[in-house]
Amino acid sequence: MPEAAALAIEDVHAGYGGVPVLNGVSISARPGSITAVLGANGAGKTTLLRTISGMVRPRQGRILVDGANLARRHPEDIARAGVAHVPEGQGVITELTVEENLRLGALSRRGGAVRSAALSDAYQRFPLLAERKRRQAGLLSGGERQILVIARALMAAPRVLLLDEPSLGLAPRMVAQVMDLVRTLRDEVGLTVLLVEQNARSALAIADCGIVLNLGTVVAADDAAVLASDVALRRHYLGF
Amino acid sequence: MQEFLEFTLGGIAVGMIYAAIALSLVLIWRGTRVLNYSQGGMAMFTTYVAWVVIRDTGSYWAGFAVALAAGLVLGALLEVTVVRPTMGKGPLNSVIVTIGLLILLEGVAGIIYGGQYRSFPASFSIKGLKVGSVALGISTADLFTAAAVLAAALALFLVFEYTSVGLRLRATAFAPGVTRLLGVRIGRVLTLGWALAGLFGALAGVLVTPSTFLYPNSMDSIFVLGFTAAVIGGLDSPVGGVIGGVLLGVVLSYAGGYLGSNLVLVYGLAALALVLMIRPSGLFSSAASRRV
Repeated sequence: MPEAAALAIEDVHAGYGGVPVLNGVSISARPGSITAVLGANGAGKTTLLRTISGMVRPRQGRILVDGANLARRHPEDIARAGVAHVPEGQGVITELTVEENLRLGALSRRGGAVRSAALSDAYQRFPLLAERKRRQAGLLSGGERQILVIARALMAAPRVLLLDEPSLGLAPRMVAQVMDLVRTLRDEVGLTVLLVEQNARSALAIADCGIVLNLGTVVAADDAAVLASDVALRRHYLGF
Repeated sequence: MQEFLEFTLGGIAVGMIYAAIALSLVLIWRGTRVLNYSQGGMAMFTTYVAWVVIRDTGSYWAGFAVALAAGLVLGALLEVTVVRPTMGKGPLNSVIVTIGLLILLEGVAGIIYGGQYRSFPASFSIKGLKVGSVALGISTADLFTAAAVLAAALALFLVFEYTSVGLRLRATAFAPGVTRLLGVRIGRVLTLGWALAGLFGALAGVLVTPSTFLYPNSMDSIFVLGFTAAVIGGLDSPVGGVIGGVLLGVVLSYAGGYLGSNLVLVYGLAALALVLMIRPSGLFSSAASRRV
């Protein structure tokens, strides 16, 4: 390896109850890179993210963030170690206002000054949220909610961002906007992103590299451009 | 007209006590989806603590303050030691554990303090107030009861809405999974919820006991009515809990005054049945609009 990985997953086994879902997954992500996690429904993509963020306890294996093993720690501790997980279906807290959702994202950080600086950064980056800050989050559109959850994840100043299906249910124009945002976050903030997507084509378009999961194992891992041009792989696993 | 005024004001005063119990139940229900059947037992116990302090120091207010502090500590302690292990194991487990706690608290109180009825002092005079020659049906102590519960409820509201602790409490109530992922230590938040519930229960206990006497089961019927108030209010709405408490207090006061006071508990249950038939989720519940 030429460079220390920001996120390294080593031989992770995990599942629900007695049912195994991940059977020895290993991934290594460079700092400031986007890794697309692809594969069919049931391949284990969402479980992989849930295992990294501690919602699912791995039975075996190591999960290293900047060299520290976070496997089997509690979700709140993993979040505090710099891993932000934006779950599928968004997870906006609809009963709270936009601003309360954002403030919630920074509560794990110490100091009022740090928190309010994070808030004004968020409003600067996302003027759309600033305009709607007093609004109940449940009243936002799907695209606006997706922006809000990503903005909320950034409030904690994470080093690793886990994004689960951010394009799900969004209009094509909105999908392009969200993908642009993810790319911007890599380039400007230096975030290491693990991007789970059904939409393999648009994910590979912004990713540096990608992995393809099938039945809980990694069946392909390469540069994004290489994966995107592999006709057999595309036909078998990616559906485009 | 004179009677009506007395029943109304008297009902509001009693209703504030139901409101305090309702708030303590709502605080726990919102955070953990646990119905705390031991809430009355906890309030009885902290009232005994107040009774001992008042007996030994001669100061009512020392007892009052110690009871509230004991409520905070008892709530937090029970959450950490007894309730936490039942979380995520099916709702029946926590029901049985809190009922067991109630029996335990009442048993221990009986062992320590004995089963006899003890009188408990009121905060202020219990002589009925009059405006001119019109009796109001309430006393200075009743006024203090209403003011104390209202002030506590208002303080709770301000903490909920305007502090980061309140934001943690609300977020944990609405979406514990998401809140954990944002790095909030929800275990501590739940402990705090139980502590606050203990505080409100303790407040209700100290305020109501002058009119019920103190004995190991003294809070049982108050708990049932506070529970009724919480359900009327929707069980997850603090505002609903307060309004439900006052509403129930007034209705029961009319029923007791005009129909006879022997069956007040029955009227309470009738009111509960009626509300549940018309609006099963309670009057102020957000359940209808929430994705669960």
